[in-house]
Amino acid sequence: MSDSKASLPIIDHPEVNRRRFLKTAGATLGLAAWAAAMKPLLELTPEVNADEFLQKHYRELTPEQKTVVFKRLEEETKEEYNADVTISDPQPMDNVLFGYALNLSACIGCRKCAEACHIENNHDRASNNSYIRVFEMDMGGIDFEKGNANYDHPVPAPGKYYMPVQCQQCENAPCVTACPIEATWKEKDGIVVVDYNWCIGCRYCEAACPYHARRFNWEKPEIPAEEVNPNQSYLSNRIRPQGVMEKCTFCLHRTREGRLPACLEACPTGARVFGNLLDPDSEIRWVIENKRTFVLKEELGTRPRFFYYFDE
Amino acid sequence: MVEAQNPPSPAPQNTSVVLNYLGFLRRATGVATDGKWYFYVWMIIMFGIALVGANAWAQQVRDGMIVTNMSDHVSWGLYIANFTFCVGLAAGGVMMVIPAYLYDDEEMHQVVIIGEAVAIAAILMSTLSVVVDLGRPDRFWHLIPGIGKFNWPLSMLTWDIIVLNGYLLINLHIVGYLLYMRYLGRKPNPKWYVPFVFLSIFWAISIHTITAFLYCGLGGRPFWNTALLAPRFLASAFVSGPAFIILSMRVMRLLTDFHFSPKPANTLIRIIRVSMCVNLLMLFSEIFTLFYTGGTHASSAQYLFFGSHGANGLVPWMWTSMFLNIVGACLFFTPAALRRENTRIVACLFCIVGIWIEKGMGLIIPGFIPSTLHEVVEYSPSIIEWKVTAGIWAFGLLVLTLLLKLIASVFTYDSSRTITTEQNAGLDETNIKSIPVETIS
Repeated sequence: MSDSKASLPIIDHPEVNRRRFLKTAGATLGLAAWAAAMKPLLELTPEVNADEFLQKHYRELTPEQKTVVFKRLEEETKEEYNADVTISDPQPMDNVLFGYALNLSACIGCRKCAEACHIENNHDRASNNSYIRVFEMDMGGIDFEKGNANYDHPVPAPGKYYMPVQCQQCENAPCVTACPIEATWKEKDGIVVVDYNWCIGCRYCEAACPYHARRFNWEKPEIPAEEVNPNQSYLSNRIRPQGVMEKCTFCLHRTREGRLPACLEACPTGARVFGNLLDPDSEIRWVIENKRTFVLKEELGTRPRFFYYFDE
Repeated sequence: MVEAQNPPSPAPQNTSVVLNYLGFLRRATGVATDGKWYFYVWMIIMFGIALVGANAWAQQVRDGMIVTNMSDHVSWGLYIANFTFCVGLAAGGVMMVIPAYLYDDEEMHQVVIIGEAVAIAAILMSTLSVVVDLGRPDRFWHLIPGIGKFNWPLSMLTWDIIVLNGYLLINLHIVGYLLYMRYLGRKPNPKWYVPFVFLSIFWAISIHTITAFLYCGLGGRPFWNTALLAPRFLASAFVSGPAFIILSMRVMRLLTDFHFSPKPANTLIRIIRVSMCVNLLMLFSEIFTLFYTGGTHASSAQYLFFGSHGANGLVPWMWTSMFLNIVGACLFFTPAALRRENTRIVACLFCIVGIWIEKGMGLIIPGFIPSTLHEVVEYSPSIIEWKVTAGIWAFGLLVLTLLLKLIASVFTYDSSRTITTEQNAGLDETNIKSIPVETIS
């Protein structure tokens, strides 16, 4: 046995020893070079720490653990953005299913909603990010191929109408199915949320979304301290970490407390209608029952809870 | 010299098998890292490129994915493109396993381990390509079933993680077991590897099918949302995989003492001929459906082949790919391709590069252009993305070189000779305790 296994000989010989020495030296040098190449990893932001690393999924956190996590996040925001913020955790209400409707006859394409979203949700200032994209469309059809989101002229322009698009909070959300780690899910009030501290940033949800509703934090968001919105919630508008997905949450930190979304409040023409789809007396129900509403890409079977309608 | 026909009694063998295997790995490392000067030059260059890639990746983790040229419109780029190709490369190895085990091709049997080695290196490359695409690689453990939160069976990505890792383990087992048995001088026990070989056939097909399902299951991306995607992936994999194996075999034949019959390569070329025709047929079928129907489904293809809205970043890529694929296919059909000449090498290189573009830049990127709301935002990889991708390839080739070298050594026992070829003088041959072993059959 001992004889037969020596088919790859290790030989006791000066030449071999010299080789072994050179190999060891080479391997050591290689390791050192490897360590040097990986050096940028040591300059990571302080937000990558042991507590963050070990943090459990939002839905597995006990109330006590949540208190600790929120406190840590508040401290980190103070440290990194020099802003005093409160991170709350409003829960979905019973018998509430949020829906949104938008009157395309009233929208003038001023992008006030996009701007309000930018401020309310603590978006990165440099990229001018917002969860809403407003498309300038040609009259006579709903063809996004002829749409333009980068228009730069006084509105409304003749022959055009305007179509703001944000997360449709789908009943059958393709992004939720796609996520390999349940970092995004649908809450019982119909809002699709992301646990920014669980997401690994694979962007499969972004590929899966048919509405271009998801955004990725390509770098750490930068916001001047005085511009930070201090009223934050864990699942919505707190400042997101680098490298994770984010999306419109119908401003759940406002709407779950009985207020309206920031985009609605900012709209100067009253084109936006928000409310509880389960409440028969709500304005949104009236719009759905009395107007000819439609949803985007109905044929995909995503069943959006964001409705569009024309007034006349 | 005899084969070790009399293993010791079972109990001591069981206790020592781990130690023996560790000893084997230690010696294998020794042998695999020994070579002539050009071996070291090659390894140092590959290691250097891998270092450049590692450094670029570390910068990306620090500064964010902003250092790539991806955007919210084109949210996957070169990394996922390369991932798709590498999965195909890994799956292609099965085209040696099928002739060897299902059709009992004796000569293929002797070299089938090369295909399995290529599969191991390719799986490592595809896994790395996904890891570098993560915005938060530090949260990798969220993907581990049981510890993290594994969205199985809903998310196709979880299926992909299972099949890719499974395929890696199966191939590591087969290659490790066969080499170890040869090293021990024993005949491999079919019970310990043949079931895994058959499993690997189904598994190889599953890895590329599920990788296609990642894309074609997305209803919001019409360009990918076609039932033809998985068959197309397989057909192209059965070109790129065997082509890569033919190149590996040529390198082994020229640079090692591992000699083998020309028949396996010829079998592979015949497989490539059929697969490439099927691949091109399906590509043309896809193109016809897209352009003849027109409308939304055609807009990505329009951008890919001809450009649209004044944007045409992918047009040169795609026509290069078409040229390489068609010329490569024609070269494979020439009689010269069946001889050990350079025609087949050129054909292999053409088809590998052609399919790399077709499955990567030509398939992943146009899925995002135009975007789901028909915005045309272009993409071309940043220098960081190129460095990271080159680093992954260098690492893969490094692993492959070591594996092939080890295979050549174990199968030919030239390890002792390699060690001493340069300055042979003074070596006491009697110190070399090695015995030749009959080939596995």
